[in-house]
Amino acid sequence: MAETKTPEPQQSQSTEAGCPPRRSVEVIYERSLPGHRGYRLPRGAAARWEAAIDALPETLRRKRPPELPEVTEPEVVRHFIGISLLNHHVDRSLYPLGSCTMKYNPKINEELARLPGFALLHPQAPETSLQGILALLWRFERELACVVGMAAVSLHPAAGAQGEMLGMKLFRAYHRHRGHAKRKVLVPDSAHGTNPASVVLSGFEPVQIASGADGRMDLGAIRAAIDDDTAGIMVTNPNTLGLFEKEIAAVAEAIHAVDGLVYMDGANLNALVGLAQPGAMGVDIVHLNLHKTFSTPHGGGGPGSGPVAVTAELEPFLPVPIVERTEAGYRLEHGRPLSVGPLHPWCGNAGVVVRAFAYLHSLGAEGLAAVSRAAIVNANYLMKQVADSFPVAKREWCMHEFISSASWTKKHKVRVMDVAKRLLDFGFHAPTVSFPLIVPDALMIEPTETETRPTLDRFAAALREIAREVRESPERVQQAPHSTCVGRLNEAAAARRLRVRWQAAKERDDAGGA
Amino acid sequence: MEIREGLRYTKDHEWLRQEGDEVVIGITDYAQEQLSDIVFVELPEPGATLQAGDAFGSVEAVKAVADLYAPISGEVTAVNDAVADDPAIVNRSPYEDGWMVRAQAADAGEVESLLSAADYRALLEELGEASE
Repeated sequence: MAETKTPEPQQSQSTEAGCPPRRSVEVIYERSLPGHRGYRLPRGAAARWEAAIDALPETLRRKRPPELPEVTEPEVVRHFIGISLLNHHVDRSLYPLGSCTMKYNPKINEELARLPGFALLHPQAPETSLQGILALLWRFERELACVVGMAAVSLHPAAGAQGEMLGMKLFRAYHRHRGHAKRKVLVPDSAHGTNPASVVLSGFEPVQIASGADGRMDLGAIRAAIDDDTAGIMVTNPNTLGLFEKEIAAVAEAIHAVDGLVYMDGANLNALVGLAQPGAMGVDIVHLNLHKTFSTPHGGGGPGSGPVAVTAELEPFLPVPIVERTEAGYRLEHGRPLSVGPLHPWCGNAGVVVRAFAYLHSLGAEGLAAVSRAAIVNANYLMKQVADSFPVAKREWCMHEFISSASWTKKHKVRVMDVAKRLLDFGFHAPTVSFPLIVPDALMIEPTETETRPTLDRFAAALREIAREVRESPERVQQAPHSTCVGRLNEAAAARRLRVRWQAAKERDDAGGA
Repeated sequence: MEIREGLRYTKDHEWLRQEGDEVVIGITDYAQEQLSDIVFVELPEPGATLQAGDAFGSVEAVKAVADLYAPISGEVTAVNDAVADDPAIVNRSPYEDGWMVRAQAADAGEVESLLSAADYRALLEELGEASE
């Protein structure tokens, strides 16, 4: 067995690595040189283009050309490759960002998504030339329904939060259909902030329920809060402490007794896929994050996908259009009188769905169960390794993630954010910090199933080393990161004085350097 | 961390100071320290009604957003526009310049039922914080 050495923090990056340390990163305008360009339209096309512009009414025509950077193709490529080298991503190293499931994205997903029959489709093409993608969407809806044990799926939501939003619209549509005027939605205090936000945005009123001492939902407190005005509950299972909600079936029964609905936030489904089905827990609506559990790209705000699965009773309310299979082929059905209406113009982010489809089919049912098992084993292994340097919030077996606390570092004047920043110097992405709110100074760690034991050992060793630094040389941690392209960013200033437009240095000086 | 004598406190880490027949409300030094850098403060308009225990505004820090809970019921008579313009004041001076609202209390008895400085210190000790 290989011995785990105390890892050395990385030294400052050399220029070959992309960027000298402590220098601002150029924006592409700073590479601009007058007259440089990467592409020239063929002469005939250019003339037609100009004629088309001349045909526009005067009021629609630009008075002066847009200020675009003038760069050659290699300059563009170097610019973006340079930026990508500064980025931390899952292809580079461990990304244990709790609750985000930053798992590796298998390259076969990309291969399938780049087949010209998928990649070159136009979403407004006639149904006759969309048969392949419609067949895939139709089939994947049914397969996902199978995974979560529900009757029907909508692939429309473009992210988890939009899935929640659809969930609350379904609450509304259902209760309106039943003639109810219910207003309250119960939300445990361990929930993601998006849960109460979705409740409010949909015109309901969130009622926060305190967790029990074991970090789980308190059945008594929930029963006490339920009344005829209760439209339902939003639960996350496993919850944000990485614990399975053992009382979920009893909670569902109590909610159903007042004709309320149970929404399950599927953000943490990576602990359950292939092992347990929300449908069997009394859940009425669950969203899945394909960009978490089903290994599609995640982070950087890129396209996500948050499909929503529902019981047969709620199926008539799903958004339109619905993909239908007929004898003549696949078609999009818009006529659903009870539907909440359209949610996304083109049946969701179909390109993301193709990747998730590839993932599901490369694993199969047994593979999916193996994913969850490995995710749970990895998290529990890492929890035991980390617990001696950063105590674990709840000392019991966890699911796919666990919460450590950095509270003890405060007596050394080191904050949890400092610990997170110091991890960057060891080549790891920092975990989620300060969430869930019910654990002070939380470090929310989710290794995912794709990490090897040596990687987990190196991460735990880095945290041990940082714990030692907190005691012996806290300033090293307070001032971290030291090896990244830019040092500690002033997040408060960035939020208080938001500047979203780049200005050339000269322009900035003219404006008084503000 | 400071717990100022002579003020009233809530378990949600707001403080209240009686000034004549009005009260001044803000968040405690502990609260601002927990939130760290405050970047946004949302306050009600003068004339708004406060309902004891209900949220009347919010404080947003880099790491979290927290609701402001009314310690007492009453009517808002003035709000501190300075903290809305420069939220960092709350971090620098939670008990003085960083006050949030002034209000006319609906029921003077409610003030008496709030925590004293000693009660609040005991609460923080329970949270394992007051020793710092």
